[in-house]
Amino acid sequence: MIPRKMNGRKRTTVIAAGCMAVSLVACVLLLRHIDEIRPKATIEDALYVNSPKMIKRASLGFDGLMACIYWTRTVQYFGHRHYDRAHTYNELAPLLEITTTLDPYMIPAYEFGASFLAPKPPGGAGEPARAIHLMEYGIAHNPDNWHLYYDLGFVYYTELKDYRKAAEVFERGSKVPDAHPFMKIMAAQMALHAGDFATSRMLWSATYESSHETNIRQNAIEHLRSLRVDEDVTSLQALVTQFGERTGRLPASISELAAAAHLRAVPVDPDGNPYQLSAKGQVLVQNPDDFPFITKGTPPGYIPAPPKFHTKSSD
Amino acid sequence: MAAIEILGLEKTYMVGFWRKRPKRALQPLHLTVEEGEIFGFLGPNGAGKTTTLKMLMGLVFPTSGTARILGHEWTDPEIKAQIGFLPEQPYFYDYLTAHELLDYYGQLSGVPAKDRKRRVEEVLQRVGLTDIQGVQLRKFSKGMLQRAGIAQAILHNPKLVFFDEPMSGLDPLGRREVRDLMEQLKQEGKTVFFSTHILSDAEALCDRVAIIYKGELRGVGAVEDLTSTVQGKVEVVWQGTQIPASMKALGAECHVTGDTVRAVLAENQQDAAIDALRREHIRLIAITPLRTSLEAYFVEKLQPSQAASAGKTVGTAV
Amino acid sequence: MSPRIIQIAANTFREAVRDRVLYNLIAFALLLSGAAIFVGQISIDIERLVVVDLGLTAVSLFGVVIAIFIGIGLVSKEIEKRTLYTVLSRPVRRWEFIVGKFFGLAGTLVVNTFFMAIGVFGALFYVAHKFSKPDALILVALYFIVLEFLIICSLALLFSSFSSPLLSAVFAFSLFVIGSFAEDLRGFAGLAHGVTRWFATAAAYLVPNFSALNVISAAAHEQPLSSQLILHNTLYALFYTAMALSGAVLIFERRNLK
Repeated sequence: MIPRKMNGRKRTTVIAAGCMAVSLVACVLLLRHIDEIRPKATIEDALYVNSPKMIKRASLGFDGLMACIYWTRTVQYFGHRHYDRAHTYNELAPLLEITTTLDPYMIPAYEFGASFLAPKPPGGAGEPARAIHLMEYGIAHNPDNWHLYYDLGFVYYTELKDYRKAAEVFERGSKVPDAHPFMKIMAAQMALHAGDFATSRMLWSATYESSHETNIRQNAIEHLRSLRVDEDVTSLQALVTQFGERTGRLPASISELAAAAHLRAVPVDPDGNPYQLSAKGQVLVQNPDDFPFITKGTPPGYIPAPPKFHTKSSD
Repeated sequence: MAAIEILGLEKTYMVGFWRKRPKRALQPLHLTVEEGEIFGFLGPNGAGKTTTLKMLMGLVFPTSGTARILGHEWTDPEIKAQIGFLPEQPYFYDYLTAHELLDYYGQLSGVPAKDRKRRVEEVLQRVGLTDIQGVQLRKFSKGMLQRAGIAQAILHNPKLVFFDEPMSGLDPLGRREVRDLMEQLKQEGKTVFFSTHILSDAEALCDRVAIIYKGELRGVGAVEDLTSTVQGKVEVVWQGTQIPASMKALGAECHVTGDTVRAVLAENQQDAAIDALRREHIRLIAITPLRTSLEAYFVEKLQPSQAASAGKTVGTAV
Repeated sequence: MSPRIIQIAANTFREAVRDRVLYNLIAFALLLSGAAIFVGQISIDIERLVVVDLGLTAVSLFGVVIAIFIGIGLVSKEIEKRTLYTVLSRPVRRWEFIVGKFFGLAGTLVVNTFFMAIGVFGALFYVAHKFSKPDALILVALYFIVLEFLIICSLALLFSSFSSPLLSAVFAFSLFVIGSFAEDLRGFAGLAHGVTRWFATAAAYLVPNFSALNVISAAAHEQPLSSQLILHNTLYALFYTAMALSGAVLIFERRNLK
């Protein structure tokens, strides 16, 4: 294998370098495997102590660093659960609470909490009360950050449908110096057009544009896609009704409906698939699993799959 | 077969903390040491003696050049079983006793287990370390460490020994003993290569010497050959204030101090001077060699580049 | 294996055993295991938990301290004191020296761990009056602790082969701390983008991974450990050690001894 003529030092160098390279590769492969067999253990370890104050004490003054570590763990936990299409996110709230106790100024943690703590499973942890508590804690520590008011108002609006409270929070937020002008519009919108698609779209677009967190942006994209489906299905369903009123029968296909309504083409969903029409005249989306947040266009008895972010529509 | 053949060994160090610049510690060195001789490697401190020895031992890697030891490549680890090395101011594992240290070194050099105990006793006896059973090396004096160092160098009965400043740290009696030991090693057919800055040791012991200065070889050969062109000086001291004319004729420089006269003259005029004084019935007090012929040669060899750094006396450097 | 490696290892072991600091550290660790008994008595019903948690933590921490403080001097001290000259001028290859030193230190730590483990089991017996089957998990935890020591030894040796003892200690200790958060570090890397992600991932995989080796709380809570994990951890520790030792050999092979 190694030429005999090579002098001793060269031979040692070659062997040692080879041994080092092989070991390095083996280490990386083994680590990946170890990570696979114990991802659950990690988060259980992390929450072995789950009193945020205790952890702050135990971090011996390195609470900034510990906050970063817990923040990473939070994102990882969410990512793993999301990837596994798990239906619950039971550890999300304690992880976020620990993170923000360690570092109350970690804004992304609040944004994350608003986006994923409040929504009902499978989209989130289904703990709006804890989300609101987290946001109020965040606002108390960062009263000058309008994003936090926005996120809190968002929770009131989307999850609790408490438009009065939402308007109140947007109003509070709009008074913060340098607040984005749409905070004021938002506050007004709440009173007038609560529940409109347009309002929802405005909110989700704002979320998408103001966040840097990949998960949150993806989530906003999913919502915007689903909103479009909901809007399309609503208007198509209205056309079906008009068609019925005019002709006394249901359209045979979506193309017949399109022709009758003088639409330029057969309407398609955000993925480019044409909408479909059931025998009972119901407008349906072709792959409901691709739009996790739709409330319309699903066949009767459809059980939504847990949301999974689509890479094809990113950014 | 030559015991050591140094073929252009050269060392350049990079010095300086930030901007490294090269500093040449040793110019390309060519040197051959024959088997069975005592070879002296002479030069003032910092001349490059230790660097050369470390390169031969594989402790420092040369910038270029190679060497052969006992007919083998000098990098061949097996050849080291036949080499003994005493570093300058040796220091050993101070938690060991001399017996443990030598036993460990014996193992590393491949001395068979059955011979080891006997060999250790033998060499300790030979270097004059007795009554040290159970004493850790941390309790050793400088001289004792030097002796232990010599013991470890000859422990495995090597064919070739390298001594770096073997006399340092020893009292006059110890120096005498080490000289005798080196003579014995030669009689046993071993080759001894030793570095020193003490010329009298070299002159008394060596078959051949090499002189190195500022990393450059300045001369090499048998002591008699090297010194044939230069003269040593002796100082003759006698009682009285009288300076015989015959002394002046010998070219002596005479100084009168109190009731004694000190005359400095060439080494080869020593006998004539004594005869002259005896003729005059003058009482001789002392004859002291001021500068041996090797020293004279050494000084001469160092002169050319010394001219640049005038003011520095060679006497202190040597 | 060359006999010289064994001889060097034996001498390294002898050096460690004759060092008084070692005994102080072991005594401290045993004291801490003993103290666990009293802490356990204060908090009723969790005596076993406290004894195992505190005892194993003491074994691990003091072992790490011993590994680092002996390991960092293994090569650099020999260069500084010039004791290496008379070793390397014998038929000893430089790699044999490194490997021998490693085995000597590893052996020292295994023996230390053995004695400290006796202390932990003694304390456990004192509070429980018997040994039960889940106590075997403590042996697994101790085994993982020894694996951790192997990695730290090799790292200390690696640093010792090119820097001063003080710097080596700083390096080795930082890596110990970073390595304890290795999983989180890989998490961080996963959140980064572009070139940063690339570098962060490389760094995260390069630091030793101690998080998977720490099963002290699992042992204290009597949670079973999969044999898969034991196997993978063993292989990981051996390969990591081999990697660090190869690095040490590569550096030391080139080093000029001033």
